[in-house]
Amino acid sequence: MSAPSPRSILPAPGSQLPNSAFKWAAALAAGMIVVLIVLVGWELYVGSRQSLFKFAAGFLWSSEWDPVAERYGALPFIFGTFVSSLLALVIAVPLGVATALFLTELAPLKLRQPIIIAIEMLAAVPSVIFGLWGIFVLIPWLRDHLFPVLKHSLGFLPLFQGPIYGLSMLAAGIIIAIMILPIITSISREILRSVPDLQREAAYALGATRWEVLRIAVLSYARRGLFGAAILGLGRALGETMAVTMVIGNRPQISASLFAPGYTLASVIANEFTEATTDLYRSSLYELGLVLLAVTVLVNVAAQVMLKSMMGSGSSKVA
Amino acid sequence: MAASPYLPTPRYARWRKWKSGAITGVLVACALAVIAPLFLVIYFLVARGSSSLDWNFFTQLPKPTGELGGGMANAIVGTLILLSMAAAIGVPFGVFGGIYLAEYGSDRFNYWIRFAADVLNGVPSIVWGMVIYLVLVVPFKTFSAYAGGVALGLMMVPLVMRTTEEVLVLVPQSYREAAMALGITRWKVITVIVVRTALKGIATGVIVALARIAGETAPLLFTALGNSFWSHNLNEPISALPLQIFAYGLSPYDDWHRQAWAGALVLMALILALNITVRILSRDRKSAA
Repeated sequence: MSAPSPRSILPAPGSQLPNSAFKWAAALAAGMIVVLIVLVGWELYVGSRQSLFKFAAGFLWSSEWDPVAERYGALPFIFGTFVSSLLALVIAVPLGVATALFLTELAPLKLRQPIIIAIEMLAAVPSVIFGLWGIFVLIPWLRDHLFPVLKHSLGFLPLFQGPIYGLSMLAAGIIIAIMILPIITSISREILRSVPDLQREAAYALGATRWEVLRIAVLSYARRGLFGAAILGLGRALGETMAVTMVIGNRPQISASLFAPGYTLASVIANEFTEATTDLYRSSLYELGLVLLAVTVLVNVAAQVMLKSMMGSGSSKVA
Repeated sequence: MAASPYLPTPRYARWRKWKSGAITGVLVACALAVIAPLFLVIYFLVARGSSSLDWNFFTQLPKPTGELGGGMANAIVGTLILLSMAAAIGVPFGVFGGIYLAEYGSDRFNYWIRFAADVLNGVPSIVWGMVIYLVLVVPFKTFSAYAGGVALGLMMVPLVMRTTEEVLVLVPQSYREAAMALGITRWKVITVIVVRTALKGIATGVIVALARIAGETAPLLFTALGNSFWSHNLNEPISALPLQIFAYGLSPYDDWHRQAWAGALVLMALILALNITVRILSRDRKSAA
């Protein structure tokens, strides 16, 4: 780039005002982050005050959601949020860690970059597009192919019993898994790359096979960081809204079967917020939002702390 | 003597080798399974969306229920308007905040701001919608483009701030020292030397943030709301591609499903274009360094 001529940027003698004004403007912008955090927490509290005082703690474990009778309980949504997110983790963590292992330890150098780019592109696909694809492509396939097979072979478990609708907790878990795979994979990759080569060389020198090296020297060394990656994925999964809303079936029930429809905190807010006709109804939705915020913030902070202790200060960019 | 792990028999050695090879195969299969959805999604977007992409789609308004045809012109323009408004908020606050972190802040202050920014990044997008609803929709008694733009803009702030800080820190300290030694005042050193050197990196960060919020639907549901007309006033509800895809995708009409796919294809193309721009920008940066 061309350097500006020195004369044009020499200071007017004695003027410190622009300097401190600039500094304060920058400080204000940085401080805005804190203002935003307080704003988010405060507004949700204000919005949910009515429901907080009316239902108190009972809100959290009442499973009744009846806008007509003005009775609201969060349990089915908390259940749905956790079950769908945990399903997603069960699917995404092994796949993500395996892919990260493949990328750091096995893949030929020429293959690595294209796969990494593909995973980044996957991360860029908007939630609503996954939802659309979920409704029209994934759900029919699951309903007609995968679910009947699961029911046939694992039907003795309560998890895989009951009628198959397509729209279901399991479909939501699968969609969320696809959406959190990129972040789990890329963070796992960072973690695995930070494992010193000395570890691997030592294991090879003892005559270990490739898998034994990965298991003994790499995975056990990186265990804590990989756990952090999974928790960060959980933080993303809990707040997923649009795609989940489109495939989970939106029924506030607690069912042992993964084929049954469910409902999550985020999707009930997305569906019912603009239809909430009474103040108490809206206030209850705000309280659901408050629960969602509290859980995601806690999970994210836990993940940050775990990853920072694993990778040092350089890891802070992962979120 | 039974095979012991301590005294390897040839059979045991073969088993270990076989196991290692099998797991290598599993890892390859996992990597394929992870990238498969990308290609499946893109394949179906093109297969189902491209046939509905015609001139009308880009120039016409949505038709009322039951009438065939129509397009998403208002949603496309709405998305562009919302993105511009978001950038107008997210870029100045994000860049200035990044400048503070990289050039002024104390370590302790920076640590907490970074931490706060990461926490803010983790706030579910639907929660942003609820917050802005109380701040900008309830007091003004109308859903509006302003509310949607602000919701997206605030989501951009932590993203832009973190990337700006990262690229500013990469500018060599000697540039600053050389400029200071010439007697240039601090803020001019920062704007004319440091920021200008890192401009490409900052632009990359901004585009990454734009690509990330371009597909956001949840924060717009209770702020921009969406409509099926041209919005002539930013103080009225405005449509956006993600909102339109959501509404049409869940509708019972085949014609609307086709349009939802077409809209999704356009949105995906927009996001891919932003991502490719980022790749080109950052490739140049690497080769220049």
